[in-house]
Amino acid sequence: MKPPDFDYVAPTSIADAITALGSDSEAKVLAGGQSLIPLLAFRLASPALLVDLARVDGLDHVTDEGDRLVIGAMTRQRGAERDPRLADRCPLLVEALRQVGHPQIRSRGTIGGSVAHADPAGELPGVVLALGGRVHVTGPAGERTIEAEELFQGFLSTAIADDEILTAVELPASGPRTGWSVVEISRRPGDYALCGALCQVEIGDSGSVVGAHLALIGVGDRPMRATAVEAAMLGGASPTEAAALAPEGLSPGSDVHASSDYRLHLATVTSRRALTQALERAV
Amino acid sequence: MSTHRITVEVNGAVYKRTVSPRLMLSDFIRHELHLTGTHVGCEHGVCGACTVQLDGDGVRSCLLFAVQADGSAIRTVEGMADGPELHPLQAAFSAAHALQCGFCTPGLLMTIESMLDELSTMTEPEIREALSGNICRCTGYQGIVEAVKATVDSRRKEGR
Repeated sequence: MKPPDFDYVAPTSIADAITALGSDSEAKVLAGGQSLIPLLAFRLASPALLVDLARVDGLDHVTDEGDRLVIGAMTRQRGAERDPRLADRCPLLVEALRQVGHPQIRSRGTIGGSVAHADPAGELPGVVLALGGRVHVTGPAGERTIEAEELFQGFLSTAIADDEILTAVELPASGPRTGWSVVEISRRPGDYALCGALCQVEIGDSGSVVGAHLALIGVGDRPMRATAVEAAMLGGASPTEAAALAPEGLSPGSDVHASSDYRLHLATVTSRRALTQALERAV
Repeated sequence: MSTHRITVEVNGAVYKRTVSPRLMLSDFIRHELHLTGTHVGCEHGVCGACTVQLDGDGVRSCLLFAVQADGSAIRTVEGMADGPELHPLQAAFSAAHALQCGFCTPGLLMTIESMLDELSTMTEPEIREALSGNICRCTGYQGIVEAVKATVDSRRKEGR
């Protein structure tokens, strides 16, 4: 279908964007549009005003702050995927980006848009949660940051207020002896994952696991951190032993694509494969 | 509702038009510019038939409003051939029988041309995955993959 009628503005400053967003209670932010525009085409959304962030100054950047990387919200996924700094400093993000939709989607899709959309099967929300990142938002009251643990609040829901705009995603840079992996099971390449595991591990001087981060996507109303698996890895468990704990605390729904039981099975399978590959890469 | 004056360059020609915000880039290209080589299949970003190049990147023109493309350079399938002389990728499609009904072909050509450098380093399974955003429902993908491999091989021989 054709989208419903709406007004459109393309401000050039974040202040103007905040003002525009606040000017209409039915206003929505347009980033890359690769999730929002299909919703309009299906008439599942009918905003009165779209505030396009594409021309806002200062939202397309990758800034290396030493132990943290700050990525502007409007950084296109395809650009980030090809950025050698990110491949070096945050390989989990780059590997996850390669599994977002298809190349044509990533040409337009943005880092910030995907995180703010908060699809429970989305790779980028999973990266932010796994790595314990945070987002920078700006609203009428000024700027604030939201930690990953508080950000994702439910199906397509975040702690970002209606009058706020996500301006950047901040992720910890990876250190030495770090391994990473993204393993997804989907019906076809580019489909939403039935279940996916995004993981990073860090190995200490003694050769033991000193850092374990695992997020699961597609198995809840939001990305889920697999804390039991992480604790087992830190306690010296093997990937197989640790991954057996992945279903703990999960109650995925059943739908035409996969039953709840099958998704729980995949949580273990994808966790085991991801942990195994991450460990191999860490040494 | 508001209308917006936009300027876009399409296949090297500059067009100025007034558009409503809800006008998709795909419909703008077909209905306003009458460049009907860009096909519209699903209208929600799944089939890839409407793929065009926006500032060099393959994009789905049904997931982009024309107003967002203001100031951009767009390339459509009409920009590929030089008069009667087919683009090498188009010639490879013909030689490999990579099309039958031709509905998906413009989108595939636009996708492949925008990714030739990357495709030249890929294995066959990787090529198939790279093209997975374009759906063909009649010919099948074998000829399409062969056309890609023939094109990257001849580019390699030319030292590109």
